[in-house]
Amino acid sequence: MGLLTFRGGIHPPHGKKYSEKKAIEKAEEPKIVKIPLSQHIGAPCKPIVEKGDFVKVGQKIGEPLAFVSAPVHSSVSGVVKAVKSEKIAGGMGNCVVIESDGKFEISEEVSSKGTVETLSGKEILAIIKDAGIVGMGGAGFPTHVKLSPPPDKKIDLLILNGAECEPYLTADHRLMLERADDIVYGLKALMKVLDVKKGYIGIENNKPDAIKVMTEAAKGENIVIQPLKTKYPQGAEKQLINAISGREVPSGGLPMEAGAVVNNVATAYAIADAIKTGMPLIKRICTVTGSAIKEPKNLEILVGTDLTEIVNQCGGFKEEPGKILLGGPMMGRATSSIDVPSTKTTSGILAFNRKEAIIEEPSLCIKCGKCVEVCPINLLPVYISANAENGNFEKAEKLNAMDCIECGSCSFVCPSKRRLLEGIRLTKNRIRSKKQK
Amino acid sequence: MESKLIVSSSPHIRSNQTVKSIMRDVVIALVPATLYSVYIFRMNALLTILLAIITAVATEAVIQKIRKKPITISDWSAVITGLLLAFNLPASVPWWIPVIGAIFAIAIVKHAFGGLGQNFMNPALAARAFLVASWPVEMTSWISPGVDAVSTATPLTLWGDKMQPSIMDLFIGNVGGSLGETSALLLIIGGIYLLYRGVIKITIPGMYIGTFAILTFIFSGFDFTFTLYSLVSGGLMLGAIYMATDYVSSPVNTKGQLIFAFGCGLITFVIRTYGGMAEGVSFSILLMNVATPIIERYTTPKIFGGAK
Repeated sequence: MGLLTFRGGIHPPHGKKYSEKKAIEKAEEPKIVKIPLSQHIGAPCKPIVEKGDFVKVGQKIGEPLAFVSAPVHSSVSGVVKAVKSEKIAGGMGNCVVIESDGKFEISEEVSSKGTVETLSGKEILAIIKDAGIVGMGGAGFPTHVKLSPPPDKKIDLLILNGAECEPYLTADHRLMLERADDIVYGLKALMKVLDVKKGYIGIENNKPDAIKVMTEAAKGENIVIQPLKTKYPQGAEKQLINAISGREVPSGGLPMEAGAVVNNVATAYAIADAIKTGMPLIKRICTVTGSAIKEPKNLEILVGTDLTEIVNQCGGFKEEPGKILLGGPMMGRATSSIDVPSTKTTSGILAFNRKEAIIEEPSLCIKCGKCVEVCPINLLPVYISANAENGNFEKAEKLNAMDCIECGSCSFVCPSKRRLLEGIRLTKNRIRSKKQK
Repeated sequence: MESKLIVSSSPHIRSNQTVKSIMRDVVIALVPATLYSVYIFRMNALLTILLAIITAVATEAVIQKIRKKPITISDWSAVITGLLLAFNLPASVPWWIPVIGAIFAIAIVKHAFGGLGQNFMNPALAARAFLVASWPVEMTSWISPGVDAVSTATPLTLWGDKMQPSIMDLFIGNVGGSLGETSALLLIIGGIYLLYRGVIKITIPGMYIGTFAILTFIFSGFDFTFTLYSLVSGGLMLGAIYMATDYVSSPVNTKGQLIFAFGCGLITFVIRTYGGMAEGVSFSILLMNVATPIIERYTTPKIFGGAK
């Protein structure tokens, strides 16, 4: 089958060689976990345990108060030490602090309610919602919301995202290699929920082994393993839909408006786990990598584990890190410290040495048009950013700044090293705050 | 230790290509044609090239010093302006022509409008136009190649004449003409290097040369030899590959670039065929430079997912 792709995009260095051959290892069990009550897009959870309570693995500890939200569960068994504001990635957030008793006693709440064959779509949706499953590609959008389109929106295209177009990250790659059957199981569950007859799994062709293993695992099912051209941002939702079906999600709209739903392969795996064992989402695979990490690994870590412990299990730092990212280098967030807990969306910990951490100072724009050429949305980053820098936000808005998916291709490619995406983000923030007034 | 971590917004990596590397690539692409011009026009060419480059770089440094701006002569852009200006001059010009031209290109066309990235015309071409208008005699005295250079006409005026050079001579560059325009072959080799390095795309040179070739072919009564002769003579290759592709003065989007290059090809054809001047490349590019903002306004790309 031919390689599919989208218009625009860039070819950043892969950086995957550090960890792509490393099999998934279980991280050491943490003695203390700090589980944030907001690990998703949407309303934070209300804590339903108190200091001194004994909790078990998989027990619900945070209850969602809104539809766009997802419950959180304990990843260990032990005593709740506190429910308080703690340092988390990007600031402070309410956490349930639990001291593990080391026994990992599983909660009575955790039990399988059936199989994908015996359960109805509605029942599977309820399991997904109760298991606190969110988009594990990085954004953390509650999965049950994606799977509940309004009745007038008929979904006929279901895609699993195995592109993993972010450089350095190999967590999804390893998951596809090592747990292909469960990914297929998860996709079948999703197909049942949405009543879609055919499912797609899009994988970039720099992972031929994953394409082979997934094809083998999907044999006999109505599932297409679709090789994709290796190009960033191939795994961006709208670009993936476009590559596979040729459809364009309308400007400002959600994928469902193009009849499509996209989920990450890791999300499908979590769904399979929730159906087969009843275990909610309390762990994930995380790639610990980068030039400053002594021994890069793909670790399966429990939610709430302190990231310092994770880095230490990878031999610590080989040299002084200059920048530490949660996620990949294109869209990941820089963190000021790593004594913060992991979450459902910690797909990677990437440590750059000091040299890599420094980004050159911007110089004057030479209007080369490279940002225009690579923009997957066909925007004119050069002019949006220039207008934003001059405080001309209205003009920047007219240039469709709100459609930017913040993939960062423009800033990456700019020979003048201009921070184009920063200008576009500034515009988006201004427009949003203006609309709220 | 942790307080030393850099926190900035994404993306956190950048491509290797810089303004400096792009400009340096352009200079590298022009090296073969430069060496060849010195080989055929000897000291005349060497002196003209050196004077143009040195004056361009010095002018940039002085202006930035006066304006108390960072001095950016190490980015190679003034070197390119000087070199391209020299390429557009006859080898026999008096020494003050490249000097005045380079000062005009850098001081008036580039820095008076805000410096790098702000010039609405190609500085070297605008300077050439200024020189042609001011000193028409000096600017159109061509010499033939060789040690004992004698006065000659540009090949464009020789079509049909018994002195007409062969197409092979034109292609290789063994003819009279502006200093850097004579060898189509070496200019094309440099262009291929720039394509390979991702500095230019085929869009502008392809559309420009293609438009010109098709029009010439049709209006010459399908005369293949004449079309080929027109393609390899004069400043077409120099203009299409190195001047029309100037980032700053051409549109940023592909559709705009196609219209821009079509305009360049059309006007070059009109001037060469019906105009009073033998050569139309520089004026056609300058005219399209001026049209660039309006082309961009009407060719804003349709956004992904936007209304058709």
